[in-house]
Amino acid sequence: MTDSKYFTTTKKGEIFELKAELNSDKKEKKKEAVKKVIASMTVGKDVSALFPDVVNCMQTDNLELKKLVYLYLMNYAKSQPDMAIMAVNTFVKDCEDPNPLIRALAVRTMGCIRVDKITEYLCEPLRKCLKDEDPYVRKTAAVCVAKLHDINAQLVEDQGFLDTLKDLISDSNPMVVANAVAALSEIAESHPSSNLLDLNPQSINKLLTALNECTEWGQIFILDCLADYAPKDDREAQSICERVTPRLSHANSAVVLSAVKVLMKFMEMLSKDLDYYSTLLKKLAPPLVTLLSAEPELQYVALRNINLIVQKRPEILKHEMKVFFVKYNDPIYVKLEKLDIMIRLASQANIAQVLAELKEYATEVDVDFVRKAVRAIGRCAIKVESAERCVSTLLDLIQTKVSYVVQEAVVVIKDIFRKYPNKYESVIATLCENLDSLDEPEARAAMTWIVGEYAERIDNADELLEGFLEGFHDESTQVQLQLLTAIVKLFLKKPTETQGLVQQVLSLATQDSDNPDLRDRGYIYWRLLSTDPVAAKEVVLAEKPLISEETDLIEPTLLDELICYIGTLASVYHKPPSAFVEGGRGVVLKSLPPRTASSESTESPETTPAGVPTGEQPDAIPAQGDLLGDLLNLDLGPPASGPPLPASSVQMAAVDLLGGGLDSLMGDEPEGIGGPNFAAPPAAAAPANVGAAMGSGLSDLFDLTSGVGTLSGSYVAPKAVWLPAMKAKGLEISGTFTRQVGSISMDLQLTNKALQVMTDFAIQFNRNSFGLAPAAPLQIHAPLSPNQTVEISLPLSTVGSVMKMEPLNNLQVAVKNNIDVFYFSTLYPLHILFVEDGKMDRQMFLATWKDIPSENEAQFQIRDCPLSADAASGRLQSSNIFTVARRNVEGQDMLYQSLKLTNGIWVLAELRVQPGNPSFTLSLKCRAPEVSRHVYQAYETILKN
Amino acid sequence: MIHSLFLINCSGDIFLEKHWKSVVSQSVCDYFFEAQEKAADVENVPPVISTPHHYLISIYRDKLFFVSVIQTEVPPLFVIEFLHRVADTFQDYFGECSEAAIKDNVVIVYELLEEMLDNGFPLATESNILKELIKPPTILRSVVNSITGSSNVGDTLPTGQLSNIPWRRAGVKYTNNEAYFDVVEEIDAIIDKSGSTVFAEIQGVIDACIKLSGMPDLSLSFMNPRLLDDVSFHPCVRFKRWESERVLSFIPPDGNFRLISYRVSSQNLVAIPVYVKHSISFKENSSCGRFDITIGPKQNMGKTVEGITVTVHMPKVVLNMNLTPTQGSYTFDPVTKVMTWDVGKITPQKLPSLKGLVNLQSGAPRPEENPSLNIQFKIQQLAISGLKVNRLDMYGEKYKPFKGVKYITKAGKFQVRT
Repeated sequence: MTDSKYFTTTKKGEIFELKAELNSDKKEKKKEAVKKVIASMTVGKDVSALFPDVVNCMQTDNLELKKLVYLYLMNYAKSQPDMAIMAVNTFVKDCEDPNPLIRALAVRTMGCIRVDKITEYLCEPLRKCLKDEDPYVRKTAAVCVAKLHDINAQLVEDQGFLDTLKDLISDSNPMVVANAVAALSEIAESHPSSNLLDLNPQSINKLLTALNECTEWGQIFILDCLADYAPKDDREAQSICERVTPRLSHANSAVVLSAVKVLMKFMEMLSKDLDYYSTLLKKLAPPLVTLLSAEPELQYVALRNINLIVQKRPEILKHEMKVFFVKYNDPIYVKLEKLDIMIRLASQANIAQVLAELKEYATEVDVDFVRKAVRAIGRCAIKVESAERCVSTLLDLIQTKVSYVVQEAVVVIKDIFRKYPNKYESVIATLCENLDSLDEPEARAAMTWIVGEYAERIDNADELLEGFLEGFHDESTQVQLQLLTAIVKLFLKKPTETQGLVQQVLSLATQDSDNPDLRDRGYIYWRLLSTDPVAAKEVVLAEKPLISEETDLIEPTLLDELICYIGTLASVYHKPPSAFVEGGRGVVLKSLPPRTASSESTESPETTPAGVPTGEQPDAIPAQGDLLGDLLNLDLGPPASGPPLPASSVQMAAVDLLGGGLDSLMGDEPEGIGGPNFAAPPAAAAPANVGAAMGSGLSDLFDLTSGVGTLSGSYVAPKAVWLPAMKAKGLEISGTFTRQVGSISMDLQLTNKALQVMTDFAIQFNRNSFGLAPAAPLQIHAPLSPNQTVEISLPLSTVGSVMKMEPLNNLQVAVKNNIDVFYFSTLYPLHILFVEDGKMDRQMFLATWKDIPSENEAQFQIRDCPLSADAASGRLQSSNIFTVARRNVEGQDMLYQSLKLTNGIWVLAELRVQPGNPSFTLSLKCRAPEVSRHVYQAYETILKN
Repeated sequence: MIHSLFLINCSGDIFLEKHWKSVVSQSVCDYFFEAQEKAADVENVPPVISTPHHYLISIYRDKLFFVSVIQTEVPPLFVIEFLHRVADTFQDYFGECSEAAIKDNVVIVYELLEEMLDNGFPLATESNILKELIKPPTILRSVVNSITGSSNVGDTLPTGQLSNIPWRRAGVKYTNNEAYFDVVEEIDAIIDKSGSTVFAEIQGVIDACIKLSGMPDLSLSFMNPRLLDDVSFHPCVRFKRWESERVLSFIPPDGNFRLISYRVSSQNLVAIPVYVKHSISFKENSSCGRFDITIGPKQNMGKTVEGITVTVHMPKVVLNMNLTPTQGSYTFDPVTKVMTWDVGKITPQKLPSLKGLVNLQSGAPRPEENPSLNIQFKIQQLAISGLKVNRLDMYGEKYKPFKGVKYITKAGKFQVRT
């Protein structure tokens, strides 16, 4: 007696047979037939032809049959809308049934039928069910509102269902509350601005009460909703945390992770001196570890999130290293995540343990994993300030002679040399022994670099390099470039015996190669060597800056944003939702709450992850911020090894030597010199021309003329007529926008051109892109008599509701007086939204610039602007566009500028000013590229007026 | 929320689909198949896959893939937990979660899925509520149904659905009132070559089987509750009481359920009940190797270690193994290269060992990696962490229940590196 029999009738007249059975008089036969239909439906067979016959079975008091018919209806109503109408009557009748189960079932099914005509009939029953005496019906109805909204949003708003839904948040039954929250959250997602979940301390209290009593799924909805609330001070944050903490012991991992999100977010507001703060930190570790004993799929999501948490607050899991040790039968995706977290947690205290593990992994079967493990050893060496152990582990691994292990080891040893020069050269001999086994370009390039760099200590360096040179044309570009540099280094170190070799490589590179990068570099060396060998030595053998730290940390602002998305897809992809959610629908920028200072005075921002070098460290440039490309050593493959930065005097020499012929190389296009793996932004495009500005290193590079005084306020456009008198029964409105000392206002001039007195003025804005709203009512005290003009300044706030407008800066305004209501729309200049604290830290600027993908970059020309760079910078600054850094390149002034909009969007700009040329080039980078055009317009307005 | 669900078997057939919103075409699964092809092993298919318009979140259970289609930003854990709950429910209803069982009961499956999720929101996932709504199939019932014409769909609202204790239905009645608890502890450990412990922790659970009439209110106390510092509770446990008194106080669901799960972390010393002496070596330039392992008892608290199995995933170049066990029997699967030795129990007088030769593919290089040993064992009447139940009290009902506690320790992911 199983259901598999329903699948067996695959004869020709199947549909026909079913039809007959469906119309049978026998109840039993009918039911069997419907079951057959459903079975066919589950495997994707089309049984829609039976629609009328199945619907005929609907009027029955057998609940099972009814449910089956409903299942069928939901699937096929869309394709047979006219027939579906036939079912409406039964639905409406069922909504009145004395049995709550049937009432709920009916309203639930009706919501699933995505046919417009039916939804109209749904409204009345739904309204009743939302107020039903039975909570089971109410909670089902709550979800139904979300369904209906998905089908016809306007209808839901018109019918006032949203308000009823909001009322349900205060329902006495926790299940109803949870479902109402879930429905509202889903609706809010498609209306990011609508402020549907208007949370206040009272409603929060209700949610927290419901949290304890509702089902696990309800708890997730409530916790996710709580996470979006902004407590007013640390006390409120603490009390919410206290009531959320018990959720950490829930058996459902999704509940646990949502609770972790709330805590991680609100913790930001708590003072670190508080006892409660450290208690909370302690409480967070065990549940996170417990997640790792669950099924592998859960582990994976948990690990991706732990990766974020470890970067934000390494202290939580610093003693839990062992739980991240890899088991040989973990799925590969779990293994790789665990490995990554192990490196992040590695420290002086546990390095021995970690290395022993990594060494173990390097002997596993999976090649990818083994490679990652070897790389991990290198990353540990660079992160933890005692590399001896790492180096000796790597040497042990090289002894295994396993080809891919050796190759990976060579690549990471090169990085270790960059970090700790002149310390571990004793291993070079071992490396040289394994030269023959290297067949991957990256490893060969690394090895060549090592040989060139330490040519003076390797007796047979020339032989080794000569060996490489034999198959020069078969090598990949990476290796060719490296070989060229290495041989030039060798020549400069041992000029006498290697003259032939260098001749050979230079001619190979310049004459026999089709690769422009290679040719150009060959010519540079050639010219350098032939013009001034001393200078060449200084350039090529210049001391390289140390590389330091991890390169793959998530940028702090992005990390903070991601912390707000713990437990969601964003946390799995480590990207903000705006980067991947379809159509940008429902994306609200979330940010961590600021630490409130109610009990605490000032506190140093401690968000920097442990171990990131501070800016004062003179001898090490963080590899992350190392945007300066070096002309001579660009080919060091992996991003971990930041290109070296020659000292300034050398740089000068280089400039002289290169003369004008090569200028085009270093001009506008970074790819011209960059080669395949050079992806620095324009900020680093032309390092060789920096010249004297290089002075004492990187920091001076960015020294700027910050002496420009802040002027009183930003640029104000002259008033324009917004509403002509003809269109507004005699009322003429002209106006402009201003921004002064942090406040935005709309300056209006109202003229009465009618023959009657005007009174009772009021103003209202439609929802707009930046939430502009009047901060005070329009105050015109005296009535406006004919031909009278009144000037008024209306203060604006940016806390109004947000809706994306087209164009972005469109503002729709309604003005009312005793005569009528008038509507007009105007475009506001974007610069009124530039806030005063829009100056970005330099390091951050570099990192952010690098981080924003290049497709977000937009370039504009500002023509006919006769200003000098200084004047432009000053003028822009008074409109809150701040110059972060400034450089002079080939006589052009490059201004690097940042600005922040009232809604927290950062815009980074590079403004190129050429003396004597009235055209400026403006490149803008922003995470929300749609603002770029308007920022450009703002630039143009400010600069031209 | 959850948009659609596809069930896919190992050979890549979609044998069931369910849509909670509009219908999503089966072709969306092509992205999943692509990912499956890329991952050599079925277990390595990443659980979250993004496609141009959807996200696919999947779990792999009992040789089946449960692939859900997501369109908006949702917590993936939410989806994964739910999918596991679906699989658990099938297991619960049909005794196994397999393609055959699902196809045999396809209508019930469909009814269940409809009852579990509404518009992508979980509706009823507690097995005891579901069972009131849709009765599980039994041979007797289907016979009775076909005679009387009644159905297996309940037509009243489940009582637990809305009360503050949704996990228990009202009006439970038993003639024999019983409450049994199983304390099950699994040791997860990694032991290195030299026999020292790299990592060890205990994953414990207390599973309960409660058949008590009415609304009993139970309190379970432990001799040494301090051991439990990292616990996850069934929603029925009163958290405040635990925080203040370290007593588990709860109104139990009816039937079988997991009361708590806990972890005794690596900070505490974990006793390792067995040791393994091993020597596995492959000779250079020869097509054979030696294999020799011996198992002995270590810290077993005077109890017998039984049900021992050793599984070894041998390197690919191994063609065959010629071994002699002193006890039990062994098998070697030349296709998967898995050697399984079913040992049985350890008698300390004569330690079980397995010795012999390994034949390698001739001409192939010596394997670099040494295989890890995976060990299974059981110890009855012992919770290795030392956890002991002190007493169980019942309030709210007058009768005297029959009570019992059983302890068992097992190996979880217990690996010995060689």
